[in-house]
Amino acid sequence: MNTPSDVRKQVLGPDDVRRAITRMAHEIIERNRGTAGVALVGIQTGGVWVAEALAAEISRIEAAEEGGADSIVIGSVDASLYRDDIGLRPVSPGSVSDLTFTVDGVTVVLVDDVLYTGRTVRAALDAIGDYGRPKAVQLAAIVDRGHRELPIRPDFVGKNLPTSAEESVSVTPDGVTITQGTDT
Amino acid sequence: MSRSLLSIAELGETGLRRLLDISEHMAEVNRRPNPKVPALRGKTVCNVFFEDSTRTRLSFETAAKRLSADTMNFSVSQSSLNKGESLRDTVETIAAMGVDAFVIRHGSSGAPWQLGEWTSASVINAGDGWHAHPTQALLDMYTVRTALNRPVSVDGGSFDGLRVAMVGDIKHSRVARSTTEAFKLLGADVTWVSPKTLLPPTHDENVVANLDQVIDDIDILYLLRMQNERMSEALVPHLREYTARFGLTPERAARLGQHVLVMHPGPMNRGVEMAVDPGELPGSVINQQVTNGISVRMAVLFELLGSGSENSLTGNTES
Repeated sequence: MNTPSDVRKQVLGPDDVRRAITRMAHEIIERNRGTAGVALVGIQTGGVWVAEALAAEISRIEAAEEGGADSIVIGSVDASLYRDDIGLRPVSPGSVSDLTFTVDGVTVVLVDDVLYTGRTVRAALDAIGDYGRPKAVQLAAIVDRGHRELPIRPDFVGKNLPTSAEESVSVTPDGVTITQGTDT
Repeated sequence: MSRSLLSIAELGETGLRRLLDISEHMAEVNRRPNPKVPALRGKTVCNVFFEDSTRTRLSFETAAKRLSADTMNFSVSQSSLNKGESLRDTVETIAAMGVDAFVIRHGSSGAPWQLGEWTSASVINAGDGWHAHPTQALLDMYTVRTALNRPVSVDGGSFDGLRVAMVGDIKHSRVARSTTEAFKLLGADVTWVSPKTLLPPTHDENVVANLDQVIDDIDILYLLRMQNERMSEALVPHLREYTARFGLTPERAARLGQHVLVMHPGPMNRGVEMAVDPGELPGSVINQQVTNGISVRMAVLFELLGSGSENSLTGNTES
């Protein structure tokens, strides 16, 4: 999201993002009583680095506890072929799904950077379903900016961020910024 | 990219690279246990083949189905063309049934452009006369990219330094024309290996008249089908002489470097241009070409039918 806009406001710094990821990692472990049978799946492309950061944090936390850690299963899913706005906007190739583990019976934690309308998550759920039947699917996002258009809610949130539809939100390890004017 | 795919020249380098990227997506779909996605639900693709075809027609049909599009097949021999209906009336009739894309193969060069004048649907050229066969070129590029791990994409990468020998009947081959164009757009060096009688009247490619002259210095050996039906025109003295100078014989196969890819668009004439068992050539990627054809055609259909002009429904593409 490189908007050539003047109005750009940083709302979280790098430390805030790091702390949010640490807290979400703890919550994921707590909710699932460990990470056995849990897989982190980042939504291409923005959710991939978040899933990797969460996985690294979860491994660190579990290694510090007794018995050491199972390395957590991680993957990514591309939802572009499942979107409901195909034919309405330009096709963007994005990146390819990478789900090398068996989805059947696994608790999948879908991970994205920003949760907004919920339409990408809806598409990602359909994509996951084509690989198998997970035991459960949970949803993690660093920023929930509201404006849901579907009955979808996150299980793990880094920060609830009230925004207007005229703004766009960018999340990186260096922080969260809100920009006036939508991107693209 | 325009709403139709008619030739590699009209597609251009950026469009070519883009389609290779999307093909990568489709290849992942095709590796799944259930290789089907809902991307083109509600779209209809009509195959209109005026010339014989096995792999191209089946490949397009499979591609459309894996994207959940509906397919219609029009075969000339069972159509009202035999009752004297004109091509234009036939096309307009089919279009009136609600078709989003025509996939056309025709013996006359330029037929897909003509079709595009008559319909607002997307048109995909599946081979027109001696002129162009863009999806073959795309699947050839995708096969080379995968087999040699040369990730050419919109972000960069190229086939710089790759030496390609394209062998056989260049003049009558739409594959030779389109695939050569695509190789050159991506930076490969193409040499045509062909008798003078089977060369187009004007061209600017390097030409040699005997496969032995280049076989030790190539990375890709691309054999074209020797079109037996041209023999009546006496363009080649004898098929056995053709094999002796241009065919892949056991002696030549033994000289091929370990890294050399052997490609063929099919259908093959065993004993003519392919005088060895391709199954025994370590560098043969002929089956991959067929497999990749599906992914590449899915990419083309998705790019043409899945793309819209609005930037976004909601102004923002985040979840």
